[in-house]
Amino acid sequence: MNMPDEHGHFGPYGGVFVAETLMEALQELREAYEKYLADPDFLTELDADMQHYVGRPSPIYHAQRLSRENGGAQIYLKREDLNHTGAHKVNNTIGQALLAKRMGKTRIIAETGAGQHGVATATVAARLGLECVVYMGEVDVARQEANVYRMRLLGAEVRSVSSGSKTLKDALNEAMRDWVATVDDTFYIIGTVAGPHPYPAMVRDFQTIIGREARQQMQEMTGSLPDALVACVGGGSNAIGLFHPFLEDKDVAIYGVEAAGDGLDTGHHAAPLCAGAPGVLHGNRTYLMEDRDGQIIETHSISAGLDYPGVGPEHAWLKDIGRANYVAIDDQEALDAFHLLTVTEGIIPALESSHAVAYALKLAAGMKPDQKVLVNLSGRGDKDMHTVAAIEGIEL
Amino acid sequence: MSRISACFADLKAQNRTALLPFITAGDPQPGITVGLMHDLVAAGADIIELGVPFSDPMADGPVIQRASERALAHHTSLHDVLGMVKAFREQDDATPVILMGYLNPVEVMGYEAFARKAAGAGVDGVLTVDVPPEESHDLNQALRSHALDAIYLAAPTSHRHRLEMIADAASGFIYYVSLKGVTGSANLVLDDVAAKLQEIREVTDMPLGVGFGIKDAEMAAAMSKIADAVVVGSALVSRIEANASKPDKIGAELKQLLQEMRTAMDAV
Repeated sequence: MNMPDEHGHFGPYGGVFVAETLMEALQELREAYEKYLADPDFLTELDADMQHYVGRPSPIYHAQRLSRENGGAQIYLKREDLNHTGAHKVNNTIGQALLAKRMGKTRIIAETGAGQHGVATATVAARLGLECVVYMGEVDVARQEANVYRMRLLGAEVRSVSSGSKTLKDALNEAMRDWVATVDDTFYIIGTVAGPHPYPAMVRDFQTIIGREARQQMQEMTGSLPDALVACVGGGSNAIGLFHPFLEDKDVAIYGVEAAGDGLDTGHHAAPLCAGAPGVLHGNRTYLMEDRDGQIIETHSISAGLDYPGVGPEHAWLKDIGRANYVAIDDQEALDAFHLLTVTEGIIPALESSHAVAYALKLAAGMKPDQKVLVNLSGRGDKDMHTVAAIEGIEL
Repeated sequence: MSRISACFADLKAQNRTALLPFITAGDPQPGITVGLMHDLVAAGADIIELGVPFSDPMADGPVIQRASERALAHHTSLHDVLGMVKAFREQDDATPVILMGYLNPVEVMGYEAFARKAAGAGVDGVLTVDVPPEESHDLNQALRSHALDAIYLAAPTSHRHRLEMIADAASGFIYYVSLKGVTGSANLVLDDVAAKLQEIREVTDMPLGVGFGIKDAEMAAAMSKIADAVVVGSALVSRIEANASKPDKIGAELKQLLQEMRTAMDAV
């Protein structure tokens, strides 16, 4: 499966849907990305950073107590929550920042929702001495104060975005607007496998280290591949990072878990693959949350990182060809899984990753005890303390 | 010959430059858009550019973003915009009308259905901001099969190869984005624009419109010396915004600015 094609298409999805003003910049990025991903010097530098700065490889952990409590298949966790900055996001920001440096760019911009990608970007910008501006919706700035402060500590400028729904999608619009005017010296680090080509392919390539490690680790640890993979899907970067190296392993079932919010039937959710339709947004064709006039509608999820109306085009493609299954978990199910993993294993997952854990529990319950489900534990839950406490009526 | 090509041919014969005002359909309320279109023509507009509101106008600056938000607060849909053009045509069969917007509303309606309805309503050309020539094959065919002009952007960053691709795909005219940035930005450098227009003229005989950053009569006059059409958007939309709560005054406000521009351009 050699996707995307040279124009960035995954079947009917993906592509380059941007104004002419950005076409040359995307061409330049495409050329640099192709050149450096085949450059041994670049790859050596990237590997060294992954090992010594991020702390890779991240371990695989057999959640025995959780598996026993739940019954059915054995649940394994790929511990991306143990990465520096607390999530898988840094795998990508390091890759893109090194690329920016090689391209001679001196300024980095990024969009962020919950703030995890913003923090991961501000982190690598600090390390490489690059100017950094992070766009964040006004609503998210208010509900993710701690991450805003982290970014500022790291030397980044956080610009609050007050247009549209004042959330992640609007932050992305604003970052694109910045980039149009500053392409000469600025590199735009997109945080997920969406956006115009080459972003979906490039971000995937930086994130597949998750799946490559996991594939080898599972074989070493258990003697065989897992029966099923489970990962949460907002834009879908942690999921594609885990899934991609297993796509040719036909016996490995693949499940992407979207946010059902208040429930798919309420309309208050963030599940374009489960309940949306194809359309064009943010530079690519993919499944979207839209109304019948083609306007993008507001999404809802307890997890800010899944609160996005689109999804990476490769997921749209994997859905259509049937290689991956896309399912949804609502806010309450995710919260229940958050608590269960915390008390049975002493691991506090991010609310995003809790969606994957919740689905894995359902899936495993219907499987045999000698079968294995591998969950991508994409981030840790420290950032969600205030959200969870507030829901439970506790003031911190 | 399309209404747009005929319009440019007429103007050329008179040695005049086209004046293209942009307003967002449905801003600040759907009921006044058709009236404003007639006001713009009365004030000297040669072609009307009508923005189709979109929830995520990635290539637009804050002024036009807010125009989209005001229009969407009244649920102004692509279907409604086509209705406005149809109503405009009841009294004006001569002035070309171009729709400018983003792909997703068109994608949802379907390319063929959109092209058929747009042509039926009296639309003359379509500029879909987020569709470069590489991605426009099917849409372009649908537009052309209904005799609609497909208008494309060219940018300061577009090199010769891209300019050729744009010229191949385009009909009617080419819209040159005169600066790096979003609509309504500042710092337009006339000499740079002139040099780039010259470069575009090496690959095409099509008329060239210039937009983004033209704020007043003086700038419009200067631009009319080098371009075939001068597009004015944010400057008009700012006046709509300033009078959003007094919609009766908007027509006169727009006419005043446009007349100043027309007079200055014709004096060149």
